[in-house]
Amino acid sequence: MNEIIKVTNLTKQFKQITAVNNLSFNVNSGDVYGFLGQNGAGKSTTIRMLLTLIQPTNGSIEIFGLPLQNNRNEILKNIGAVIEKPDVYKYLSAYDNLKLFARLNGTRPTHHQLMQQLEIVGLANRAKDKVATFSQGMKQRVGIAIALIHQPQLIILDEPTNGLDPQGIADIRNLIIKLSKEHGKTILISSHLLSEIEQIATRILIIDKGKKIIEDTATALFNPSQTIVEIETTNNEFALQQLQKSKWLTSIQQHTTNTITFKLDKSQIPTLNSNLVEMQIQLISIKPRHSLEDYFLRVTTAN
Amino acid sequence: MFTLIQIELYKIFNRPRTYIAFIAIAALTIIVQLGLKVDGKEYADFVMADLKNTFSIDGKIINGYFVCYVLLQLLLVHVPLLIALIAADMISGEANIGTLRLLLTKPISRVQFIIAKFIATCIYTVALLIWLAILGLLLSIFIFGTGDLLLLKNNYVVQLQQNDIFWRYTGAFLFAAIAMITVAAVGFFLSLFAENSIGPIVATMSIIIVCTILSTMSLPLFNLIKPYLFTTHLVTWKEFFDIKINNQNETIAGSIQNPAKIINSLTVLIAHIIILISITIFIFKKKDILS
Amino acid sequence: MKKLGFLFLILLCFQSIVFSQDATTLLNKVKAKINLVNDYTATGKMKTDITFIKAPIGKVTVYFKKPNKFKLKKENGISILPKGGVSINIGAIINVEDFDIIDSGEEIIDNTITRKIILLPKNETNDVALSTMYIDAEKLLVKKVVTTTKENGTYQILLSYGNYSQYGLPDKVVFGFNTKDYKMPKGITMEFDDEGKKEMREKMKNKKGKVEIMYNTYIINKGINDAIFN
Repeated sequence: MNEIIKVTNLTKQFKQITAVNNLSFNVNSGDVYGFLGQNGAGKSTTIRMLLTLIQPTNGSIEIFGLPLQNNRNEILKNIGAVIEKPDVYKYLSAYDNLKLFARLNGTRPTHHQLMQQLEIVGLANRAKDKVATFSQGMKQRVGIAIALIHQPQLIILDEPTNGLDPQGIADIRNLIIKLSKEHGKTILISSHLLSEIEQIATRILIIDKGKKIIEDTATALFNPSQTIVEIETTNNEFALQQLQKSKWLTSIQQHTTNTITFKLDKSQIPTLNSNLVEMQIQLISIKPRHSLEDYFLRVTTAN
Repeated sequence: MFTLIQIELYKIFNRPRTYIAFIAIAALTIIVQLGLKVDGKEYADFVMADLKNTFSIDGKIINGYFVCYVLLQLLLVHVPLLIALIAADMISGEANIGTLRLLLTKPISRVQFIIAKFIATCIYTVALLIWLAILGLLLSIFIFGTGDLLLLKNNYVVQLQQNDIFWRYTGAFLFAAIAMITVAAVGFFLSLFAENSIGPIVATMSIIIVCTILSTMSLPLFNLIKPYLFTTHLVTWKEFFDIKINNQNETIAGSIQNPAKIINSLTVLIAHIIILISITIFIFKKKDILS
Repeated sequence: MKKLGFLFLILLCFQSIVFSQDATTLLNKVKAKINLVNDYTATGKMKTDITFIKAPIGKVTVYFKKPNKFKLKKENGISILPKGGVSINIGAIINVEDFDIIDSGEEIIDNTITRKIILLPKNETNDVALSTMYIDAEKLLVKKVVTTTKENGTYQILLSYGNYSQYGLPDKVVFGFNTKDYKMPKGITMEFDDEGKKEMREKMKNKKGKVEIMYNTYIINKGINDAIFN
């Protein structure tokens, strides 16, 4: 498989703090690569090193098969990035911002191409309005448009759904899937929304305190068709007694004073629900918890 | 590089803050011109009071050339602040609004980025001075006409014939451009170290104020460092308005009393620009962008 | 012997009376010559030669109308002249009625033997305290005047003649006077740098100045409008 990004023993030291510690990972062509970690784990620092905003203390980075240090401009021509909160020039319009940044990429898109890009992110009707009048979500979309205007091969997205409403989040998700499946783009995406990563990532890297915890395909890490269900009952003791006599015993993962957690196929949730009623277990709540979230909390807590 | 400069100029001249300087210069110029139009004679009498004890001075003292000289004396002390408003914001402003990190992920070398920004800053500075020249010189000539320029120096008086003045103003404005670009270089350099433009602007002005004090006070300790301070050389544009005399004490038209001083000042100022921008490039190349 | 001495004394007085009459006669002759000119318009160049003033030579036009209207106009420029003006109106200076005339012998001025005549004002209110004229008796031309005034100090006028000597009009006039020290506060000039070279500063302490007018042409007795002198 074609390696688009190859990071080897990457380290960044800020005075006393080691933000990234001997990190190695690969992003393959066509991947939607989920980059996960808690706040302060070193995700942004890593991304900034990939984008030459920060100089590594040690280690090497290759992108498109070329060493980043010596081929910076050539590599960056083919990368589109959204870094944290995408800030643009508030005194310019969305259209003018897009045009300006396109020119910095060495491209001169036509009016039609610019409007098309704004259409994709849903800002075509606000093209000529000053960005100062935009909501945070709209500014985010301008940032995404800027990242895509020059048709890059590699797209790096650092928290791209920040500030977006559910529809906006869904739109970005669909856009990423489309870019990956229909246009063959390689996407590296870091996000706190594990549910989103779970839905789109083909490969996942989890880091904590600057170190790699695990890197593998999504399938190998968790079964996306499985889920965690947590119930809260009025009488947990009685509920446990009943469940121990039932077929659901093997699905129980853990229990506390008030809650019982199951791991089962998504398709089994309705059956569980009706069986609990039959067993006269009185529910306060029944909540699905994503398996990735569960996995993430387990590995980062253990670390 | 040309594209980068174009983009930087586009950003500068699309920003409302940029026009504060142009408006300020227009306002100050027009106020001074109005004042001199109304009370010019009184002003001239006041300035020449000592000379008029012994001499009678006839002729058009308050003319366009005189008014422009007064304006330059006043404004070239304050124009540095207006330059700092933009220059000190060039890098810190981008960091402040968050666009710096986006710009530096584009396929442009950091060296090109800094040079393009600085050239754009220089173009802004020159534009400001052209504006000052139009309002200060051309408009003054339009309002007050031309005539001989009578200048009172500390120890002597200089009278320049009216057909021997315009080229001096050209030289003076060109010199002032280099001087103001030096101020811009200071602001630009300081802009590197902040993520907010207020800090570099205040720092630039503080440096100018402190160095001006060192340049103007006649203390033996200060005299040692004066020749190396850029503020000492900011006012050398005045040397264009001093003239040589022959053995018969007649002025030699087209001459400058001390051209070596102008060349020396230009050398010091250009050296400051080169050193400051070189250091800026060196630091910026290696700087981690955390904004 | 006593008789001889007395005769000698009388001769001496007579001689001084005769000479005094000669001086007055000479002055009257000079004045009569000057009075042939009712008016003139002269063009020329003026140079202000004061050590602390760097001034260019400028074109001037000088207007004169009898008895004492005088105007110096610099074309398109600023003229710096000693206070009291540069009125080279010799006719007005020669005033036998208001002054006592004293013949002071001879002196060589500009390679010419001149008669030295002192004029003392009869009236104490006269601004002129003393005036000394040096006259070329042969050509009836005033070569030099040194006048001490109460208001404006002592000034000296040196005159050279050429093409217009028959009218008593000079080709060149040098008006010499005393000046005060010049020094401007730094707050007004806004110049805070070095004071300049020491030699230059010392040179500028010379307290004498002069204005030279070199005349090219005179237009004589063609009439001048009085409005010009306003």
